[in-house]
Amino acid sequence: MSDEQLKDTPEQAQFRADARAWLAENTPEPPTVRLPQSPLEIMTHEQLDYLQAWQKAAYDAGLVGCDYPVEVGGGGRDNCQRIANEEMLRARTPFFPNVIGLGMAAPTVFYHAQEELKQRLLPALFSGEDIWCQGFSEPGAGSDLANVQTFAERKGDKWVINGHKVWTSLAHFAEWMILLLRTDKSVKHDGLSYFVVPIKSALGKGVTVSPLIKITGETGFNEVIFDNLEVDDSYRLDELGKGWQVAMTTLLHERGAGELVTPRSGGMKSESTHNTNSHALVDLARRTERSSGTAADDPLIRDRIMQQLIREQGLADNNRRSRVPDLQDHPMRLALQNKLLMSEVAQDSAGLAMDIEGAAASLYLGDGQAPDGGQWPMAYMNSFGFTIAAGTSEVQRNILGERVLGMAKSK
Amino acid sequence: MTQPDNFGFTEEAALLKDSARKMLAENFTADVLHGMAAGDPTPERGPALAWDEGLWNQMQELGWGLLAVPEAQGGVGMPLVAVAGLCEELGRAAFPCPLLPTLSASYLLSAAGAGGAAPLEEIAGGATASLAVSNARGSWDFAETPIEVVGGKLEGTACFVQDVAKVSHLLVCARNAAGAGLYWLPVDAEGVEVQGDAIVDLSRDQGRVILSGAEAIEVCADAAPAFDRAMPAIWTLYAADMVGAGEWQLQTTVEYANQRQQFDRPLGFFQAVKHQLVDVMVDIDRAKSLVYGAACAWDTEPEKATRYAHMAKAAASDMAAYASSRSVQCHGGIGFTWECFIHLFFKRQKHSQMLWGDGPWHRARLADIVIG
Repeated sequence: MSDEQLKDTPEQAQFRADARAWLAENTPEPPTVRLPQSPLEIMTHEQLDYLQAWQKAAYDAGLVGCDYPVEVGGGGRDNCQRIANEEMLRARTPFFPNVIGLGMAAPTVFYHAQEELKQRLLPALFSGEDIWCQGFSEPGAGSDLANVQTFAERKGDKWVINGHKVWTSLAHFAEWMILLLRTDKSVKHDGLSYFVVPIKSALGKGVTVSPLIKITGETGFNEVIFDNLEVDDSYRLDELGKGWQVAMTTLLHERGAGELVTPRSGGMKSESTHNTNSHALVDLARRTERSSGTAADDPLIRDRIMQQLIREQGLADNNRRSRVPDLQDHPMRLALQNKLLMSEVAQDSAGLAMDIEGAAASLYLGDGQAPDGGQWPMAYMNSFGFTIAAGTSEVQRNILGERVLGMAKSK
Repeated sequence: MTQPDNFGFTEEAALLKDSARKMLAENFTADVLHGMAAGDPTPERGPALAWDEGLWNQMQELGWGLLAVPEAQGGVGMPLVAVAGLCEELGRAAFPCPLLPTLSASYLLSAAGAGGAAPLEEIAGGATASLAVSNARGSWDFAETPIEVVGGKLEGTACFVQDVAKVSHLLVCARNAAGAGLYWLPVDAEGVEVQGDAIVDLSRDQGRVILSGAEAIEVCADAAPAFDRAMPAIWTLYAADMVGAGEWQLQTTVEYANQRQQFDRPLGFFQAVKHQLVDVMVDIDRAKSLVYGAACAWDTEPEKATRYAHMAKAAASDMAAYASSRSVQCHGGIGFTWECFIHLFFKRQKHSQMLWGDGPWHRARLADIVIG
């Protein structure tokens, strides 16, 4: 029996059994198209259709949004999303395409929108029918989020939005955007307000979405220009000027430290997660021939792989310790480290894999000789998306230093 | 049995850790340690024995010395997780005492079978002990022990024997016809000479033990299985000590960075300082979680204990090195002086880092298990 099963309540145990049985019958066959490494790299409608159909099926089976109330389209259950995620991971299902919707938009809308808006937006978000994107970053304000300049000017009970968002994953498929913008230019943090905006219906009518090509050669993220887009005041979340506080809800969930258990982790884990840990590095090192023996015989390579293994195990044990309040001196200390560690461990694993490959690390996707299909160079390049997005590692270190260690603020 | 979610950390274990922390905070602050151990700053000061034996006796009365002694021999037989929690607090205070060597000896004796019972009963009665295993090259491999059994008596010189000036007994590993066995004798027995080392660490003592025809009780003739079972526990406890000392280094350095003004700002305002201390915290937390994981594995999944203990000791040793270097660096000029307490923990950490194998040594063994 696994640890998970040992601590399930009877209700949770039943839910787990049902989920497992359903997944055994309904985990979809692999698609005929090549899937991207994560939802953030979805490029084509063929990829999206396949993944959207999977999310819809999982939602109908009660595996998505299960801890949210029934009134907003959730399952009304108690701490069952974690179980659904574990079972989906176990069944090695595809990931969900609506990752920003589930991970960031859903908890933000849930905690800050009017009841009516929640009931209107959340069911189609959970089912994956409405894809969501996040309008935070701007060319002039990357991790300095309080500096966003996209401006909304009041016009009766409407707002007129002008500005430029960038690095916007999934905007090319998105129906809705969570949008942080400025409603008052005279103050910094208190001049921000938070909206949900229907962008697909406004394409060509105040919204332009243009694809950007990433370092990996993939598309999947975009710039979004607002040119006199009019939106109703009812799309505002929380009070005027409270955008910064609402954005903190989004960021806490984006960085994995939110309170409400969201389906994000179930949706994010994919086949590539299994392929980029240190056991995969051991396997790669055994297969990689050097002038004398294999890379697995090289003491320096062995040491570096063990360092990675220890970091991974440390992360797993941190997660285990974070569930035991007695073993922590500060409630956010481990939670806030998570994003920093996950992204840096993944980056260093992929970088080490390229070092192990040696000259073959020059071979990329599409080359028949590339070890592991060229996934390691792609994973290494992609990893910078995670050490930069949602607050760079440097910003994350500032937050840890200031909030947990109590050191003076850097701004 | 699988590892429990909370590392098997019971209420009793939390209480032990908590009360140890309180007791040490009340009775043994860093300035007490400094006054006691750092009286003489000359590099040639030679072996000094600085410790509060009265406070140690109070701890003995609380039963700390017999935590790892099984109930059958009059001890408490606490899970390793609980003992690790206590050692963490001992490290946080850098308290000079023979607890770690005594616990280490207890684990070896418990793993040694029937012959370990009598010595364990002595520990339950208040005896303390240290291990005589290492040769002059600092090898921690028991098969390379410098001691031999000659005509039923012990001959040879063991090096790097921890807290040897504070213990009542020695647990000696010595080569014999069967390979290497374990032997138990009082430190003041005939044929035993102890020469104290002058060492960097002011919170411990260390020495060479010269055995010339010393008589000892044979605990077991073949010590290999006992070392296999006990070493992961010993590595885990030294790692726990480093985690606690690291916490003290971090807390003290953060307090200094928050209070010391430079360029019109507190030091901690500057990212070059802030980020280093965050990285120290990250390393401490990883090492701490790995220590609990390793202890819990030893308690519940013995077949996995060795690999998890290698991880914990490697992570803790590397953390100790980094936390030490950053604690002095971030204190600036003050951190480079004898008066600043930082050096006490710096020295203890450098000492612990190397005891029973440093990071690269443990990773090499881990690689042999994982990669083959």
